[in-house]
Amino acid sequence: MKITPEEVRYVATLARLSLSEAEVEKTTLQLDTILSYVEKLDELDTSSVQPTTHALALRNAFREDETRASLSQQEALANGPLQNGEAFVVPRVI
Amino acid sequence: MELHALTIHALQDLLAKGEISSLELTRSVLDRIDGVEPKVNAYITLDSNNALVQAEAADEQRKRGHGGSLCGIPLSIKDVLCTKGLRTTAGSKILEPFIPPYDATVIEKLRNEGAVILGKVSMDEFAMGSANENCAYGVPKNPWNIAHVCGGSSGGSAASVAADECIASLGSDTGGSIRQPASHCGIVGIKPTYGRVSRFGLLAYASSLDQVGPLTKDVRDAAIMLKAISGYDPRDSTSVNQPVPDYTAALVPECKGFTIGIPKEYFGAGLDPEVEQAVRKGIALLEEAGAKTVEISLPHTEYGVAAYYIIAPAEASSNLARYDGVRYGFRDHDQHELLEMYRHSRSQGFGEEVKRRIIIGTYALSSGYYDAYYKKASQVRTLIVQDYAKAFAQCDLLVSPVTPAPAWKIGAKIDDPLSVYLSDILTICTNLAGLPGMSVPCGISSGGLPIGLQLQASHFAEEKIFQAAYALEQRLDLAGNKPEL
Repeated sequence: MKITPEEVRYVATLARLSLSEAEVEKTTLQLDTILSYVEKLDELDTSSVQPTTHALALRNAFREDETRASLSQQEALANGPLQNGEAFVVPRVI
Repeated sequence: MELHALTIHALQDLLAKGEISSLELTRSVLDRIDGVEPKVNAYITLDSNNALVQAEAADEQRKRGHGGSLCGIPLSIKDVLCTKGLRTTAGSKILEPFIPPYDATVIEKLRNEGAVILGKVSMDEFAMGSANENCAYGVPKNPWNIAHVCGGSSGGSAASVAADECIASLGSDTGGSIRQPASHCGIVGIKPTYGRVSRFGLLAYASSLDQVGPLTKDVRDAAIMLKAISGYDPRDSTSVNQPVPDYTAALVPECKGFTIGIPKEYFGAGLDPEVEQAVRKGIALLEEAGAKTVEISLPHTEYGVAAYYIIAPAEASSNLARYDGVRYGFRDHDQHELLEMYRHSRSQGFGEEVKRRIIIGTYALSSGYYDAYYKKASQVRTLIVQDYAKAFAQCDLLVSPVTPAPAWKIGAKIDDPLSVYLSDILTICTNLAGLPGMSVPCGISSGGLPIGLQLQASHFAEEKIFQAAYALEQRLDLAGNKPEL
């Protein structure tokens, strides 16, 4: 096996997901199939190949640091599942 | 033919002559939606009343002589593009209540050209899928045979165009999500060069691969739509500052001087014989139009799917971290501890395929596995880019099938994600290299399902694609071919 149920549970925690035991089992099997397929990449010697993160040679895009119109507080809050008119409300953190 | 069945350019003629109004046209399309939507299920959110208001405004504009290139033309929009005041779900339960406070740049551009936005169409959740079966709002059907998938992830866009439930549509393509459903539904779809079209307001899946593009009834409409949405946008730092040509000027029905590359890896084992036959016939027609052909090798094509299914989920795992039940979308209000609130909101809000890709991506980026997976895949991406560079030193265009087979039956692959991933093999490398690619109809299978032909070109060479596609379309004359619904 490329991946164990323990690893799936751990990665789910990192990804802020909560999986049922049945989901862990199914995900482990499917990931194992997918990761086994992905091992195909090891057929290629890439020791001297630079990685590509963007297909076009992009340079840093700078702009002037100017104040521009943006969303109002009300507009920004409008989609919040819980908000008090000033801020998003979340469960107590500390 | 009824108004809803016509193309943008045919309707623009009628509108310009004053023979029809946008209001009549929009009503014709809304009636069509009423009639066939129970079978097709392309729309997630239909905005009929507002569409009629926009149509009236377009008619007013035209009277004053201000009509843009899409003035009064009713369009559907993939539900992954933000539309101000109109719900945008990305096909996900997690965004069920989301009303964007702004328009995506492409939507702004369509509105500036006078387009009428009918509503938002179905897609695989967060654009993750190849059959539009991963949607929290039901599965749209292939108008050619409703037992079959319409392709994905821009399935609602393709189905709504093929079923005449809009005049044209906007979709997005991360690994084939415009070209593949266009091929399965017998319409034209183009994924532009990365950076040609702004991604501002496109809900991100894999940012280094995503690109917005049109799905249309013919090649000329695709040229009109692409011109309308292209151009540099300071709000997207990856958009490219290059002049936008008039793509309709490239619509010359001949290919003299073109060298067309036939990539042998795209005609390998597993290709449906009917698909191969239709594409070979298309190639013969391009030769008739004056093109020379040359066999090309893209030796790393077979590694594209493996590289993509590391890179795209890795980017997705980061992009989708924003859906946490705090600023927008679904939240599990029963959780009173922050981490549990995040976990439960995300787990209930996301569907199975999205969770699967988030987990693959998180795993591939996690400490100890980064080099083996993400870095390796990014190095293989370089090899794929180099393959194309060598190919385009020898030819202007690459011609191939879009999909290994016509649309499969709904449900046939639902428990086998890898087999679905493998069906993307002919479209994925285009995105890894940031190239433009189009699907243009080239035939119908014996089972009555459409077959598309793919044209790929070098960066910003969309005009060559349009020219060849137009030459092919003129010689095939499939334009009158419509599904019966």
